[in-house]
Amino acid sequence: MAANHHAPAPVGGNLFNATTLVCGVLIAIMIAVLAVRFVFGLGAVTNLNDGYPWGIWVVVDVVIGSAFACGGFSVAMLVYIFNKGQYHPLVRPALLASLFGYTLAGIGVIFDLGRWWNFWHIFSPSHANPNSVMFEVAVCISAYIVVMWLEFSPAFFEKWGMVDAKKKLNKVLFFLIALGTVLPMMHQSSLGTLIVVMGVQINPLWQTQIIPLLFLLSAIVIGYGVVLFESCVASSAYRRKIELHLLEPLAKVMLGVLAVFIVVRFGDLVVRGALPLAFKGNIAALAFWVETLCFLAPFAIIGNASARRHPGKLFLAGTAIMLGGIFMRINAFLIGYDTGVGVDTGWNYFPSVPELMVTIGMFAIEVLGYIIITRRFPVLPREDAGIANSAAH
Amino acid sequence: MSDRRNFLKGVVAASGAAVAATVLPTKAEARETKQRPPDAMGLLYDATLCVGCKACVAACKQVNNNPAEFSTLDHLWDTPLDTSGKTFNLIKMYRSGTMETKDAEENGYAFMKTSCMHCADPSCVSACPVSAMTKNPENGIVEYNADACIGCRYCVAACPFGIPKYQYDSPTGQIGKCELCRHRHKDGHYSACAEVCPTGATLFGRTEDLLAEAKRRLALKPGSTAVFPRGRLRPEDERRLSGKEDGKGERKRKRHAWKEEPDQSYENVVGNYLQHVYGEKEYGGTQVLKLSAVPFQKVGMPDLPPEAAAAHSESIQHMLYGGLVMPFAVLGAMTYVAKRNVHHDEHDASEEKEER
Ligand code: SF4
Ligand code: SF4
Ligand code: SF4
Repeated sequence: MAANHHAPAPVGGNLFNATTLVCGVLIAIMIAVLAVRFVFGLGAVTNLNDGYPWGIWVVVDVVIGSAFACGGFSVAMLVYIFNKGQYHPLVRPALLASLFGYTLAGIGVIFDLGRWWNFWHIFSPSHANPNSVMFEVAVCISAYIVVMWLEFSPAFFEKWGMVDAKKKLNKVLFFLIALGTVLPMMHQSSLGTLIVVMGVQINPLWQTQIIPLLFLLSAIVIGYGVVLFESCVASSAYRRKIELHLLEPLAKVMLGVLAVFIVVRFGDLVVRGALPLAFKGNIAALAFWVETLCFLAPFAIIGNASARRHPGKLFLAGTAIMLGGIFMRINAFLIGYDTGVGVDTGWNYFPSVPELMVTIGMFAIEVLGYIIITRRFPVLPREDAGIANSAAH
Repeated sequence: MSDRRNFLKGVVAASGAAVAATVLPTKAEARETKQRPPDAMGLLYDATLCVGCKACVAACKQVNNNPAEFSTLDHLWDTPLDTSGKTFNLIKMYRSGTMETKDAEENGYAFMKTSCMHCADPSCVSACPVSAMTKNPENGIVEYNADACIGCRYCVAACPFGIPKYQYDSPTGQIGKCELCRHRHKDGHYSACAEVCPTGATLFGRTEDLLAEAKRRLALKPGSTAVFPRGRLRPEDERRLSGKEDGKGERKRKRHAWKEEPDQSYENVVGNYLQHVYGEKEYGGTQVLKLSAVPFQKVGMPDLPPEAAAAHSESIQHMLYGGLVMPFAVLGAMTYVAKRNVHHDEHDASEEKEER
């Protein structure tokens, strides 16, 4: 092999360690909770109610989970659409995280569906309702999951030496990549549009006709934030060199898109006259500022070039963006949601412990899957020396 | 070609496309709020006539085969605190101060019916991904089909009145909501809640006529006596309300074959109405209309704009995805760019050539 230091290679090492063990236990707890849920119904394990029909299984596992899985989309767009080939080493790890994030979000939906055995109706022309935002989201996410598995399949083909299959796939890869940018654009924006039909039940700080654009822009930013976060975590967990020469300019791109997002966000609030709501003394206003500060924090943390060469600061900035994304989505769907439209109907929602255990279990699957695949399949860029195989933990 | 210039071009093109995709269409044809179909059916609930007997709550339970729900320790009476997957109709009570006077905002009390409003442009129908919630094109009843439903509860979240409810206590839970007793229509029965109402506070009829009846009441002098129909509006009421008592010049209407019943109209005192027919304009109008003496928001009816949220939502959807024009255009552009850019990448993946 040539002296290329960014061809992907398996990290190798032991699959059994403290991290994977904890993940295993968490996954077992999740399975137990789900068993109860499927035998006795949603009410048996969740705190869902008719005032808050959607809880964390929808908002965190699906809406936030899929936004966190935008790394693949954001980086692929940079590499293939904006032709920034130097970021290529970041594509596979980001795509892997996306693949997991989306596949799990797709499975997570089933847990939440009250009549899950009818799920296929979404794909049946006699039932489908193209006016429904959820229909569009469901179809696009399903299609994207398939596209991503295909996009990622070269990693498997390489591992199993299927040269022919890989060659064939490479011929159509450009089309998969194009699909892989259009589909997330469609559903990440539509995940925001989901709240439009809820009308006046959603606080005007989040209820806007341009919510699809806001969700799309923030998903792209979150995608970069997640890559920063993951690269830092992966390099420290696997004791690998951190790809600063890539992350530094990537962080700059992220700040650029983030700036556009902030301008659009506040421009919209001002134009609609909704900004005064941010200065009311209520929970919604507080939540708005927490969300906004998270999105502004990266400018303070990595605003100048020297800070962007500091791995710890990149990690912090990535974390801030991810938190901003979490708050924005929880705010739009839960904190900003008032089912009684100003009339106190007495409904409350806070997730139950079993409900939380499922969300945590999903996260554990993601971490476990990432560890197994990066250790066994060619995903992360090859390290220069042979130190990469030293086991983490 | 400089990498940087290429990059900037890409950014400009992509942002341009994104902005165009989101901003331009808002100027193009937006989906208008839908109106009620001409033969829409519904109810008129007059809170000033309601005596809070809850006969309608019991009747609704009975005809929909719903079990009692308890909120007291003794479990003797059906005492639901809100509508639920098994309670489609409820009379709620407003209380203020000493509760001396009926229908007074201060130191008074009042009743309000909670059940599906059968919106002209229903949020639940727009939300449902699998057409399990549909609006009957003729009579406008918003119908639910459990066999199609996937239980996503988007309809629950979308409805501004908090009407569709899910049965959380069952592994095969369904959505429960009032369907205007459509299952009883074929036998000539109309809404059970209106059929049993002793004071005519809940009245069944065509929404157009119910609206005229509501306006008639608003024009009456509070405290005077007037005649109020009970049960359903009869053909003679309809003719009187449309001002075509001789039956001439009346629009040809399809009439459902309701069971014959005697004229049950009676005299009662005219309430101190607010000059507002709730449901005439809210979210494009509803087929269930309401009259009250206490401000509607105080008795639990939300303040809604005349445009339906469904119209906003579907406008966005149609603009972005109408005929799939936009997605295919963007896909085409992306395919073109990706085909150019992916080439060197494929090269370096298979031959591991150093880039830069
Ligand atoms: S009141 Fe709610 S459930 Fe009934 S039609 Fe309107 S949106 Fe649908
Ligand atoms: S819960 Fe059922 S009826 Fe309601 S939106 Fe989902 S699929 Fe449609
Ligand atoms: S119309 Fe029928 S289902 Fe609806 S509230 Fe009245 S009795 Fe209940």
